[in-house]
Amino acid sequence: MTAHAGSPRPVATACPYCGVGCGVLASTGPDGGVTISGDPAHPANRGRLCVKGSTLGETLSLDGRLLHPMIRAGSGVLQRVSWASALDAVAEGFARIARNHGPDATAFYLSGQLLTEDYYVANKLMKGFLGTANVDTNSRLCMASSVAGHRRGFGSDTVPGSYDDLDQADLLVLVGSNAAWCHPVLWQRMVANKQSRGARIVVIDPRRTATSAEADLMLAIRPGTDGTLFAGLLVHLAETGTLDQAYIAAHTEGFDQALERARELGPSIEATARACGLAGGDVRRLFHWFRTTERSVTLYSQGVNQSAQGTDKVSAILNCHLATGRIGRAGMGPFSLTGQPNAMGGREVGGLANMLAAHMGFSSVEIDRVRRFWGAPRMAEREGLKAVAMFDAIEKGTIKALWVMATNPAASLPRADAVRRAMAGLDHFVVSENVLSNDTINSGARILLPAAAWGEKDGTVTNSERRITRQRRFLPLPGEARPDWWIVAEVAKRLGFAEAFSWPDVASVFREHAALSSFENQGSRDFDIGGLSQLSATEFEALEPVQWPVRRRSDTADKRFFANGGFFTPDGKARFIAIEAPGLRTEPDAAHPYVLNTGRMRDHWHTMTRTGKAPTLGRHAIEPAVEIHPRDAAAASLAAGDFAEVSTAHGRVTLRVVIDEGQAPGSLFVPIHWTAETASHGRVGALVQPATDPFSGQPEMKATPAAISRVAPGIEGFILSRSAVALPAGTRWARAAVAGGLGTVFSAPGGIDGAVIAAHLKPPGGAVSEMVDLGRGVYRAAIFDGARLVAVIFVAAGGRPSWSWIEAQFGAAELSPLARKALLSGRAPDGMADAGPTICACFAIGLTAIKAAIAEGACDVDAVGRALKAGTNCGSCRPEIKKLIETRPVTAPALA
Amino acid sequence: MSEPLVVIGNGMASARFVEELGKQALGRYSVLVIGAEPTLAYNRVLLSSLLAGEVEAGDIELKSKSWWRSQGVTLVYGRRAVTIDPAARTVALEGGACIPFARLVLATGSLPIRLPKPGMDLPGVLTFRDHDDVAAMLAATGPATRAVVIGGGLLGIEAAHGLARTGTHVTLIHLMDRLMERQLDREAANLLKRALEERGITVLLGADTAAIEGDGCVEAVRLADGRVLAADMVVSAVGIRPNAELARSAGLTLGRGIVVDDQMTTSDPAIHAIGECAEHRGICYGLVEPAYEQGQVLARHLAGKAAAYAGTVLSTNLKVSGVPVFSAGDFIGADGTEIIVWRDPGLGTYRKLVLRDDVLVGAVLFGETGDGLWYLDLIRRGEPLGRLREAVVFGRALAEAA
Repeated sequence: MTAHAGSPRPVATACPYCGVGCGVLASTGPDGGVTISGDPAHPANRGRLCVKGSTLGETLSLDGRLLHPMIRAGSGVLQRVSWASALDAVAEGFARIARNHGPDATAFYLSGQLLTEDYYVANKLMKGFLGTANVDTNSRLCMASSVAGHRRGFGSDTVPGSYDDLDQADLLVLVGSNAAWCHPVLWQRMVANKQSRGARIVVIDPRRTATSAEADLMLAIRPGTDGTLFAGLLVHLAETGTLDQAYIAAHTEGFDQALERARELGPSIEATARACGLAGGDVRRLFHWFRTTERSVTLYSQGVNQSAQGTDKVSAILNCHLATGRIGRAGMGPFSLTGQPNAMGGREVGGLANMLAAHMGFSSVEIDRVRRFWGAPRMAEREGLKAVAMFDAIEKGTIKALWVMATNPAASLPRADAVRRAMAGLDHFVVSENVLSNDTINSGARILLPAAAWGEKDGTVTNSERRITRQRRFLPLPGEARPDWWIVAEVAKRLGFAEAFSWPDVASVFREHAALSSFENQGSRDFDIGGLSQLSATEFEALEPVQWPVRRRSDTADKRFFANGGFFTPDGKARFIAIEAPGLRTEPDAAHPYVLNTGRMRDHWHTMTRTGKAPTLGRHAIEPAVEIHPRDAAAASLAAGDFAEVSTAHGRVTLRVVIDEGQAPGSLFVPIHWTAETASHGRVGALVQPATDPFSGQPEMKATPAAISRVAPGIEGFILSRSAVALPAGTRWARAAVAGGLGTVFSAPGGIDGAVIAAHLKPPGGAVSEMVDLGRGVYRAAIFDGARLVAVIFVAAGGRPSWSWIEAQFGAAELSPLARKALLSGRAPDGMADAGPTICACFAIGLTAIKAAIAEGACDVDAVGRALKAGTNCGSCRPEIKKLIETRPVTAPALA
Repeated sequence: MSEPLVVIGNGMASARFVEELGKQALGRYSVLVIGAEPTLAYNRVLLSSLLAGEVEAGDIELKSKSWWRSQGVTLVYGRRAVTIDPAARTVALEGGACIPFARLVLATGSLPIRLPKPGMDLPGVLTFRDHDDVAAMLAATGPATRAVVIGGGLLGIEAAHGLARTGTHVTLIHLMDRLMERQLDREAANLLKRALEERGITVLLGADTAAIEGDGCVEAVRLADGRVLAADMVVSAVGIRPNAELARSAGLTLGRGIVVDDQMTTSDPAIHAIGECAEHRGICYGLVEPAYEQGQVLARHLAGKAAAYAGTVLSTNLKVSGVPVFSAGDFIGADGTEIIVWRDPGLGTYRKLVLRDDVLVGAVLFGETGDGLWYLDLIRRGEPLGRLREAVVFGRALAEAA
């Protein structure tokens, strides 16, 4: 038996990637390998998975995993310590700093990767026991504007609809969403609706994307003007008599002011189109379709949220749905697509600095209610610092203790280089992680705590349609890794709060969270899962995916909100919002003439600590690239495949140039995934401005003024190796998982000596096979340890060579003789027969051909010669041919 | 009435010529072949295999006795031609016979060069050229025998290899600093040296023979640097020279060899020369391929068909001691050339291509030579490689796969 005997039956769990929250079945084979498939029973995906979900099995190796607690010694080196000493050190630091500088000198920075129970425990410790609300999360970068927009409009952070609406709608308007890449399974549902029911799809995005390629109408909007477009739509709805006056009157407040403001912003279709940089006909078509389609869903994602006016953009959308009463009914409503697997769960427990717990805020009534429920000795009395402000406070030194869990702010926050420097100055810097090394850890984290990863931990997540799904464990905890909730609870005990943090298991944490959600609720708060607060451990284990609210145990049916009002404002009415004039916080200028947009690639996720392990996913985009419109490229003298420096007032990166007609002129697109772990010059977080939305605190990550200029390409090449290779200083590189190891692409402006790298990679007793064409600047080498290929290097002067075929050979257990011969050519020897060793040198006839001729009846040397010419010149091969004839396999005569 | 055609020499060139003539003009000539060796024509290239015991004497016969008979050829072997009278158009044989001819073909081959050093005439100093040499070597081989082979060219290496296969302790000494310097570059030569050493042969480079020493028979080889190598047998394989003695006696025009034109005709229109004894456009070839081409050209010419020999681009495509090697053109790489190299020590292969202005001008291959003829063709064509260059060193199949 192998050490990790697998579960005999598939374990149903939830995908750890985007907010769609697909159900996944994980089966562990006897060899420890994990097979992943979509869960046909899960309502979010009904068995489908996208490529990221499908390849989860490739991401589960323990390579690079943090498996033991570690503390950075005086020398800066991380040293393994016991859990007890690590937890003592974490608690001591927080206690000391809170005592000397007050609780607001401490902070937690959490993640949508955490499970609801992890989040709950962390939030409880900080807001109820340490006495600060400095608990924020990377969800702040993701959908905080949706939260703020929902709360402002509905009085609660409520997604009113369900995924079923996407199947039932007749019009799907996607705003700032590349769902085809970012929410692929939901997107497939939308496309299926289009195909089977004829639903129309409209995409509003400055950039043409895979999503817009499927759209019936694509509006390449000027960045920052979404609010104007929806203001114009509101005006159009009002002027065409499309308003639901009864709904407005019964269930809303503030319509007149909102419409008045909308008339200032988008008084007519023409004015709206002009302001948004759109063709009048396209705007007219959108407005017409929206006006005439009762079943309309408006979906929005980071293009709306990641904005200094994100909350207003959300409000502009909500206004249109409230004004038409198209909310909370089948096939209609506003729909926020969340980015992370448990962004919603984080919102539910109060993982955001401006939320308390269980969708409660910081009113004195709510503070008191939570205090009584928790028996909390030291409640936070006011909102804490939101992410950008939190790291500003770290930079200023007012926050001195930070615990980062399951996220990588040194790469992902705006001004990421400044964030990295700021964290280095912390007095007390704790990181709970899966990995041994990332940009945040390497910013100077003092204590590392090994957290359980997906597949190893148990709990719940909530997806974009409010559906709670169990994440279940199907792998043993590796090394000394522990669930995050356990780690936080252990620290809480050491801080003197044992009574409030002594859960025996994760189900107990869930029950407490569920109980809080219904505590003194009576329908006054949207989030109520009190019906689940009495689940036994067995029932929790078996919990089926369920949409909240679950006010009673029996109340597990799917449901929508607000069809008949019932908003969670004091008067139960929704609020129309008069939005501010739309525009970018910082407009491009002569020094930074482009608008820099940041976003995702199809096959990567966040900072690639998971997707970066999957060779299948690495193939889509091997290295980070800046995408630019052909006209801008020509103006900047950039050709496809060049390298360019992209700079802003905050930082600079150097990326490959991709010319893409889908980019709006004047804009640049860069991917968010690469960090110092995976690329030398690709930390795009460093470029992003820190301007934030006044309500949500979400930063404007998709519109930073930027400049671009060509840089010398240098000598280019790649290395496939079994482990990471250090390259000379000054070399630009990016790294991706390949079958059997790592692929590193590089360009060296000052040149690079491939032979030196080859010598470095050669194991003792190994051999270097090489090809050199100095005249062309070509150096290629394959490094062998015995018969095993351990590394391949290609260096070329004229652009990056392809490794596609070589990668397959690198991943193969054994290299065929033919593949070895072809390896350094980089070309598949398709159709090239293996000639075998040369027998006749004069006519270059190999063993294979001669054996074939013999098999076909050549019975003596001369006959072989007549067939192949072999042996007819110098004749030195004739003895060998003769021997081959004499030793040919004899076919047994057929029995009569 | 058939014209009498006499061939002097019964080696590989001769046999191929007769075969071709039979195909082109059977019956037009009455052919008589005179051979000094007392055997049917045999494959001289396989003498090392014979020495190594890999083949029997009969195996290396080029053609059987019955084949010769079927061709209507009169074979006179074991008798030496001693003079030619061009005016009388006769050839005189050892022992007095005088044979008339209408056409005469000289295919007398070449003779081993003997070093002008003391002791070269001692018993036990052999050359490596014919059956008799092999017989003499075989008489002395065995685990108790120490042989020194002088000459690290193809012939010496083959002799050393053949002797080593018999269990004989072999030392190969070569004046130059690498083996086969006229066919191989330094790296290929080093690989060959290693391959020979793996076969148990001791290879000494930069070894200048000062004298053969011995009292009545060979006992040692003394080198110029003072080293003395004990030896029971010495094989001198330092090179060959065209065997042009008969032609000289006939007053034909000579250079290093017998000068011929593109129809392989000597200064006497009735007399032709082919193979290693011939000198065409200033070149005496020492390889079998040009000899065969020359034999074909001459056969067509004598059949009354248009034929011309334009010379052979120098290439070496051989298996040296079982290791394929190939070289052609400027395989060293003069100033102004570019070099492409591919080596895989694990596979025991090495390739070097030499380019001038993107045109292939030279190549040396070691270990795997399947693409040698393609490279030779590229050299002969002289066209820029263009897109072929990227993978040209990996051979035709990969280079031409776009």
